[in-house]
Amino acid sequence: MDEDPVDALVATAPDGIDFDGLRVEVGEDGYTFETPAEATSGLDEDALQEKAAEDPHVGNWYFWHAVAPQTDARWAFLRWLEGAEEHTVPDRYDALADGLATEWGQLQVTVSLDGDRGRSYDLRHVADAATPADELTAHEDPLDARDIAKHDDDGDYRPLKTAPSLQTGWQFPDLDAADVVEAVHAFYPATVQNWHREREGELDVDHWHETVERQTGIYGVVRTWDRGEGYEHVNWVAEACCDDSQCLKRREWEYDEETELDVDGGDGEFPCREPCSLVIAAARQWTKLEGEQAQTYEFELTPSEKEQVEAIIDAVADGRAGDIREADVYDGANRYRTRFLRAKLFDDDGNLAGVETDD
Amino acid sequence: MEQALVIAAHGSHLNAESSTPTFSHADTIRATGAFSEVRESFWKEEPHFREALRTVDADEVYLVPLFISEGYFTEQVIPREFRLDDWDPELWDSDGTSADFATVTADDTGQTVHYCGPVGTHDSMSDVIVQRAKSVTGDPGVGEDFGLAVVGHGTERNENSAKAIEYHADRIAEMGRFDEVKALFMDEDPEVDDVTDFFESEDVVVVPLFIADGYHTQEDIPEDMGLCEDYRDGWGVPETVDGHDIWYAGAVGTEPLMADVVLERAAEAGADVSAAIEQVRGESGAGSAAGD
Repeated sequence: MDEDPVDALVATAPDGIDFDGLRVEVGEDGYTFETPAEATSGLDEDALQEKAAEDPHVGNWYFWHAVAPQTDARWAFLRWLEGAEEHTVPDRYDALADGLATEWGQLQVTVSLDGDRGRSYDLRHVADAATPADELTAHEDPLDARDIAKHDDDGDYRPLKTAPSLQTGWQFPDLDAADVVEAVHAFYPATVQNWHREREGELDVDHWHETVERQTGIYGVVRTWDRGEGYEHVNWVAEACCDDSQCLKRREWEYDEETELDVDGGDGEFPCREPCSLVIAAARQWTKLEGEQAQTYEFELTPSEKEQVEAIIDAVADGRAGDIREADVYDGANRYRTRFLRAKLFDDDGNLAGVETDD
Repeated sequence: MEQALVIAAHGSHLNAESSTPTFSHADTIRATGAFSEVRESFWKEEPHFREALRTVDADEVYLVPLFISEGYFTEQVIPREFRLDDWDPELWDSDGTSADFATVTADDTGQTVHYCGPVGTHDSMSDVIVQRAKSVTGDPGVGEDFGLAVVGHGTERNENSAKAIEYHADRIAEMGRFDEVKALFMDEDPEVDDVTDFFESEDVVVVPLFIADGYHTQEDIPEDMGLCEDYRDGWGVPETVDGHDIWYAGAVGTEPLMADVVLERAAEAGADVSAAIEQVRGESGAGSAAGD
């Protein structure tokens, strides 16, 4: 990696090079050096070095073979970041000269050219795309991402790494190729590997039914929720937990191999290959709750009160309850409005409209 | 051939600190350079057990559970979620505290996985408990005129849970370092609530055998022992209870020397980590592996 790219090219030429539009080989009359723009043959070593020194294809070849991580998934991800499979080297280098930004969940990765090292990667929250660097906390160690990923902007714990609640205000201004993949892994674990498997047609999806069938211990009860009576309950789970507003992974699992859910899987860049531990933990609770029989209760509500109950459920479900302004008494989920409803409708035991809950 | 380490821990949906010891021990081991890769993985967090191996480049992986006891998690959940299809608890041939390792293949990645017993039942865990006592008292020579209580969850879901606690309590008692050593439990006799009844020594170090600090170690046990009325008020170290000075250590898993136990597990399974073990024991103040 400390080698000069031109020296490396000369040393590798006898094996032949054919990469990203660059072709180098050795024949009886000397070296051939070919790019989409020109082809020269019959070169001696000095001439080859001269050609190579002035051509960006050489630095590009060197970066992808001697600097970038060579594991399939990491390599493919880094290539994807700069559109390497779609754009020629000169076009790409023009774009990289100004910094080429791509989004991965709520991450923005900006690739730039960086001398002998080939590439430099800037990583930050997409919402900080235009934030001046001196207003962001700079990090060097990709493992710092583990701490950043733990809490949201309000300081609340994020149990789901791919929830769209990544905190803002930080920046990794100058990561190398290996470290940017590590940082992405710390923010969104295994997303690069699963994305790559999917591109290769090898994503191992575990659908809902097989995932719950495998549960044991306190989660074994979830198996009983699949009663062979359809999959509407799983539609509700997916709508509750897996919507893009809740998780940035694109849900690829369905009820089972033959039965697709009716709910959209989302538009995320990286796939979700099986119900996650949060879904299973929530499903355990729903399995218990959904085992109850429906009862008929009689309440009297004004039309506005009925709408207010709906507004409160919407506000909580959309995570909006805390954002409703204190004096916005026109919103049904406003705190004063809700306290008024409770004062009017609850009895001393907290029963809605004085109606007791039947067991 | 490159060797990788994967640490398997429980993690939490609710407690942000649950993963902290795992990250910290992984970082310690990473810094030794003994493994080409060190990866954390969790049951309740990400990277999940299910998807940890695919993020590891090496073909050979040492998988060490950061769990206290042998049983449900180490024998069923971890092997199943890591897709170690050839796994059978018989491969450890354990009496509940004597697991070693088993070499199996991961079904989804084809990697060779040396699946090790949990840190909690390794002999060197006794050293970590002693080290924890040194840390909490600030006295490297702690032992004389002191009692030591090793506290565990108990048998609620797993009979081996109590075995691990008793195993280390017995081993530490045999060292003759402390005047008294007892194994106490949260949900069975002898109960930690009555800690002072079990000791004659005025000073008692209490070390909970838990991996991470959380509800049990920071709320339940301190209140049960009478260190405080309400955990939010905190407690002194030591705190006086019924005429005894109780030196409450918090979860043993937060002790830096835990990284050594992870390495010992991997070494037992064939990993070339002897230099790393010396380094970690040196850094964490434990001296050489021969004991102090």
